[in-house]
Amino acid sequence: MKLDTTGMESAAPVWGSHNELVDEFSAAPSFELPNTTDFDGFQKEAIQMVKPAKGTTTLAFIFKEGVMVAADSRASMGGYISSQSVKKIIEINPYMLGTMAGGAADCQFWHRNLGTKCRLHELANKRRISVTGASKLFANILYSYRGIGLSVGTMIAGWDETGPGLYYVDNEGGRLKGMRFSVGSGSPYAYGVLDNGYRYDMSVEEAAELARRAIYHATFRDGASGGVASVYYVGPNGWKKLSGDDVGELHYRYYPVMPSTVEQEMVEVTGA
Amino acid sequence: MPKEQANWSPYDNNGGSCFAVAGADYCVIAADTRMSTGYNILTRDTQKSVNYKCVMASSGFQADVKALQKHLAARHLIYQHQHNKQMSCPAMAQLLSNTLYYKRFFPYYSFNVLGGLDNEGKGCVFTYDAVGSYEKVGYSSQGSGSTLIMPFLDNQLKSPSPLLLPARDAVTPLAEAEAIDLVKTVFASASERDIYTGDKLEIVVINADGIRREYMDLRKD
Repeated sequence: MKLDTTGMESAAPVWGSHNELVDEFSAAPSFELPNTTDFDGFQKEAIQMVKPAKGTTTLAFIFKEGVMVAADSRASMGGYISSQSVKKIIEINPYMLGTMAGGAADCQFWHRNLGTKCRLHELANKRRISVTGASKLFANILYSYRGIGLSVGTMIAGWDETGPGLYYVDNEGGRLKGMRFSVGSGSPYAYGVLDNGYRYDMSVEEAAELARRAIYHATFRDGASGGVASVYYVGPNGWKKLSGDDVGELHYRYYPVMPSTVEQEMVEVTGA
Repeated sequence: MPKEQANWSPYDNNGGSCFAVAGADYCVIAADTRMSTGYNILTRDTQKSVNYKCVMASSGFQADVKALQKHLAARHLIYQHQHNKQMSCPAMAQLLSNTLYYKRFFPYYSFNVLGGLDNEGKGCVFTYDAVGSYEKVGYSSQGSGSTLIMPFLDNQLKSPSPLLLPARDAVTPLAEAEAIDLVKTVFASASERDIYTGDKLEIVVINADGIRREYMDLRKD
């Protein structure tokens, strides 16, 4: 099996052949590695500095009308919330979405790289790339970097000639085709709500509400998930963002505060 | 015989804080000028921000910060030669992200905020982690004082998330003079409780008239 090594070329410029700065885009991304005897130990220390956003809840499922994709927006570094407004649903192209879980920088960079590859495929082959193809490209890259410390747990969702498509791809190089996935520390909670309420023949509004509720419940119980619950729909004409709701507001929408009847009222005592 | 591990690390943390806030037609970027290592102060007067059309302020390991600034300066110059114009703020933001990620396995120990005006003249602030993940926000702080500064900013400036639909504007409703006042207050408070922040505050303001710099003294202890 030929490994995808486009990402692994050496950074040392060949004498006289090219200007490293200018060629950075035309050559595949090549990475400088530190000159140590203990690469893994060094990586462990370096990771401490970066502390990727592992806490997250993302989900996606296929139903009759297409694919529904939803995610929260919290990024945490250890116990500190570094951001409440991270975009975890990445728009690869107008008919394909990717979700982000794991290292924020890893997901952002490689999704953008995937978008570039998909566009090049379109230009070279005069037709759009399939979801199967895009997820395979992504999985091959991640497999090439297996063991080196990337942290990516992503779902590629899209609509191509064969209809709706959904794949789960992770940094081990694993790639799974499926109908329902949820990724992240909040995924057990999201699965509970999602698996319970799922039916193949839902309308777009019902599916969006199911996705929103699943994310809300995950943010309620998982400390590492929160922020804004975004819901996207992928249909035959491409993706469309359906809603973005602050989960704090969602809580009071689902469980409004009922004014309780007063049983005993305290009255002011006058005089001595 | 047990193997001896090298106890030399290529990194050091020089401390310091930096901060940026975006307004309707301005952007304010600020950083303190103290550089420390452990409990020692190396200098009271270092420059942590660097500017083109947009200003980048960084905290962390100053050697990596300098190297990063040089790299960006070189790329910016090449861009100017190739495109006959200065890089816009969103373009610089993407370049910084890619530059940081290309050192994914030997990171620049540098926590950055980038501030400037976007193509329509509105203020924009981009915040980064050490390996290049970035996000456009209304305000952000990085560095040793950020855990002290951010909660206060959330309280004063909490802007609606850009992810909300229907979308709501993310820039702060403050006027430029109020924003500068806020910056000074924030750093004065951070210097009280963070040993690595202090000495002097460098404030850079970008608006339609151009870029200007101001300085303010902070606690020197």
